[in-house]
Amino acid sequence: MTAPPVQLDNFSVRFGEFQALDRVTLEVPQGAFVAILGPNGAGKSTLLKALLGIASGILRDAPTSVSGSVKVFGNTPQNVKAGWVGYVPQVKSFDRSFPALSLEVVVSGLRRSWPFIVTLQERKKAEAMLEQVGALQLANRRLGRLSGGELQRVYLARSLIREPKLLLLDEPATGVDAVGEADLYRHLETYQRQSGATVMMITHDWEAAQHHASAVLLINRRVIEYGLPADVMCPNCLAQAFGHVGHSHGLVSGRR
Amino acid sequence: MLEALQLPFIQRALIAGLLVGGLASYLGVLVVQRRLSFLGDGLAHAAFAGVAIGLFLHEEPLWIAIPFAVGVSLAITWVRERSNLGDDTAIGIFFAVSVALGVLFMSMRQGFAPDAVAYLFGSILTVTQVDLWVMGSIALVVALMAPLWRNWAYATFDRELALADRQPVLLHDYLLSALIALVVVASVKVVGIVLIAAFIVIPAATARLLTQTFASMTLLSVAIGVVSVIPGLVASYIFDVPTGSAIVLVQALLFALALAVRR
Repeated sequence: MTAPPVQLDNFSVRFGEFQALDRVTLEVPQGAFVAILGPNGAGKSTLLKALLGIASGILRDAPTSVSGSVKVFGNTPQNVKAGWVGYVPQVKSFDRSFPALSLEVVVSGLRRSWPFIVTLQERKKAEAMLEQVGALQLANRRLGRLSGGELQRVYLARSLIREPKLLLLDEPATGVDAVGEADLYRHLETYQRQSGATVMMITHDWEAAQHHASAVLLINRRVIEYGLPADVMCPNCLAQAFGHVGHSHGLVSGRR
Repeated sequence: MLEALQLPFIQRALIAGLLVGGLASYLGVLVVQRRLSFLGDGLAHAAFAGVAIGLFLHEEPLWIAIPFAVGVSLAITWVRERSNLGDDTAIGIFFAVSVALGVLFMSMRQGFAPDAVAYLFGSILTVTQVDLWVMGSIALVVALMAPLWRNWAYATFDRELALADRQPVLLHDYLLSALIALVVVASVKVVGIVLIAAFIVIPAATARLLTQTFASMTLLSVAIGVVSVIPGLVASYIFDVPTGSAIVLVQALLFALALAVRR
């Protein structure tokens, strides 16, 4: 039997006095599309970084203590086979002044290092991936001159080039306009459907979570609720996670 | 000038200038892109403290300056990694301590120290065979670590992605710091403590203005770093001006031109 893509058991992360994640227990099955919802500071990014095996490097000035277990495909995150996990970071983490072409960014995902020279084979593969996410025309554009939506497509192509079995996305729709956002979710759904990969995406967009995800993880340092969107996005659960229900979204399901 | 090239001390000066110009401008792209331009100054002053201790102890200054500057460089990196103080603050603290130590040991030395002046402002024409061996060895170390360029570049682009892709980013940071310190010390005699930072920063900044990729930025930076040495050396020979200043002014001129023509 294949191990599930994500398995956390009583997993906690503490940065100094700050409890970022508190006894999180979670199992995500193969092929799920999980939207991670929660207020700012709820530990959403820490959770993704724990799955990437880099949670301890988040804060420099506070000692990080980690307890419990986190398994990705049955292994510790550090020992997962190369290329099995894809990652789309928050766009704001990228230095826009770095001189790079979109194509190089995609190739960096293939090589897991920065290319000095892009080989013909790598170019073809990167262009094919860019085409798949509707961004072939961006191949030779400078990264620093791309819009938020264009940048996100390039990062998506980068993360998909090794055909990951688990794709982690940290607020991929930030800075993307409505059309770009719809495109992004369409590409994600297509990839997920065709490859059977598991997708875990942090979002603040409740509507996107409800329409595109097969499961929602509601988190505020600890797991508030995890399950089908219609079940999880109930007023009580949302109030527990956010401290308010978010009537303005008009999205809460009928469950009380 | 061609006859001058027959002179051994001019030959040594040319080789030293080309080596230092290439090394400083190669690592300079990482320094500039990581916004660590102040690091060159900080390490130059660490080298100053090392030189001062060496002169005080009547030892070859380079042998003291090399471990001292490498130690300071690693300490700066350690503070940067372990705190949220900010790079400029971490560097600034060690900069101040190094200057204090340098001044202290210089003042404890009896009488006028003309050799100290040579280290402060550079004295490329007094480069010895030993200096060349030291520079050559450092160049060899940097060349052997050339494959790490792709890892350093990746972490410079996005540290988080590099970490997520299992790069030993912290180890690479320490290695890079140590290499920069070595190159700074190697540059002391050629360009002087006061102007070393320019050797690291100006070619890389010029290349940054004219290129679209990090690889081409690196190549152009090295080309500028190497090529600018020749007119600098010629100007220094003809007009009898300090070589380090002449080279830096040539680099600054190229930077101004790049600024004017950049798209």
